[in-house]
Amino acid sequence: MNAISEIGAELKEEFEMFDDPMDKYEYIIELGKSLPAMDEALKTDDRLVKGCQSKVWLDASYKDGLVKYTADSNTVITKGIIAILVRLLSNQKPETIVAEDLNILKEIDLRNHLSSQRSNGLTSMINQMKQYANVFCKLQQ
Amino acid sequence: MIVEQNINIETIRKEYPILQQKVNGRPLVYFDNAATSQKPLVVINSIKNYYNEINSNVHRGVHHLSQKATDAYEAARTAAQAFINAKSAVEINFTKGTTESINLVAHSFGNKFIKENDEIIISTLEHHSNIVPWQILCENTGAKLKIIPINDAGELDMEAFENLLTEKTKLVSVVYISNSLGTINPAKTIIEKAHSVGAKVLLDAAQAAPHTPIDVQTLDCDFLALSAHKMCGPTGFGILYGKETLLEQMLPYQAGGEMIKEVTFEKTTYNTLPFKFEAGTPDIAGGIAFKAAIDYLNEIGWDFIEQQEKELLNYGTQRLEEIDGLKIVGTAKNKASVISFLLDNHHPYDVGVILDQLGIAIRTGHHCCQPLMNRLNIEGTCRASFAFYNTKEEIDTLVDGILRAKRMLG
Repeated sequence: MNAISEIGAELKEEFEMFDDPMDKYEYIIELGKSLPAMDEALKTDDRLVKGCQSKVWLDASYKDGLVKYTADSNTVITKGIIAILVRLLSNQKPETIVAEDLNILKEIDLRNHLSSQRSNGLTSMINQMKQYANVFCKLQQ
Repeated sequence: MIVEQNINIETIRKEYPILQQKVNGRPLVYFDNAATSQKPLVVINSIKNYYNEINSNVHRGVHHLSQKATDAYEAARTAAQAFINAKSAVEINFTKGTTESINLVAHSFGNKFIKENDEIIISTLEHHSNIVPWQILCENTGAKLKIIPINDAGELDMEAFENLLTEKTKLVSVVYISNSLGTINPAKTIIEKAHSVGAKVLLDAAQAAPHTPIDVQTLDCDFLALSAHKMCGPTGFGILYGKETLLEQMLPYQAGGEMIKEVTFEKTTYNTLPFKFEAGTPDIAGGIAFKAAIDYLNEIGWDFIEQQEKELLNYGTQRLEEIDGLKIVGTAKNKASVISFLLDNHHPYDVGVILDQLGIAIRTGHHCCQPLMNRLNIEGTCRASFAFYNTKEEIDTLVDGILRAKRMLG
């Protein structure tokens, strides 16, 4: 298990390789494609993230003290963005996820490349992930 | 001829400060005109001048500024009357825009004239703003909503329309030009056929107003709604045209100042047209800027606007059709300068985001026409909508952008 800060540093380095914002988008699309497939049976309306322009399904499981996220989207760019979040937060302890400020997203300059509407979508995805973690925190207690 | 037009376009574009900017490091290509048009300097300055020079409340003031403001604001009514060739200025009611105009008719005409089991006809092409007010009215009154179907090209099935018309039909409310597909509906025929069974007709002319001259007397529509912001004017302003005899019989829409003649605690009498439907202090600056937009369009002239947009539509259609895997949605024979399209199986959102990175503004999604999208079995489209100030070079940039998106999305 790598710390979120370490994964974030990796991501930052990866994104810094590209000067042209279009290349960054190309990389986001690639990250989306590398996201492990989500079980079709999990793509239910109650797993849809509210507040996203495109459809995002998000599910979480809890095993051996760690939260694992699976996700999918009907648009490839949003899928790339959720892939980044999954990479950052999956396989972490629920209390770590709840406490995480995700300032790293500012450092990889992700929000700057998102319009306010899309940025709201990003916030909704993060909130949803934290809600799952919060539930697992309570289960632990 | 072509050279002369190019000169004109360049001169015209200089009047739009917003078009001079770069977006994401590239010159802005604005192809979201069906959502809202850009505003020329004369319109922008008219708002500034109003507040700088004659700001004052209208209609009841005795002082100099109030009279100046009233004259300027009422001049907008006369300009609008001429713009759509209404018989009288009292037939021009100022509203916040097309949506409010339709809601006004649904409330003030609907609640007076529509009864249980009456029928209202709309079409599959409608914007939500020409669907939901009627659904609410039908819920309140027990009237029924009937829908004119379309063919796969996005044209109204006129035979089906005729079959829907009966003596129960009280109102037909249809879009003149479809915002999502660009289809130009045969408004005059629709109105004639509706009148033959005694039904009234409301035309949603939000998209028609910027593209084609409107003559309500030739059309013989009973109501017509349009928005200033789609035709180079300000946001939050529009008109409801209504035949005087009908407006006279209708109930007020909102109550307050301006719309009254005399108020006592026992009984209030209403003001005459058009003020009966204009409660409260209006958007005075908006009205004045609307007039500036009308004057501006008149100066550019419909010949130029229609010619330029036809060329852009033809060129855009031809260039987009060249792209492998691109499908144009909405192929009506009679079409305005709107091109809806799908690229391979890519989600319109992805295409729109990539084009935005390239400085190209299009709209993606259902364009407030979910029932239409359901009929077409799609979630939404990418929509490029052109105005007379757009150029063929910008269409080339769009085509390059789509090709780039296609490569990126794989």
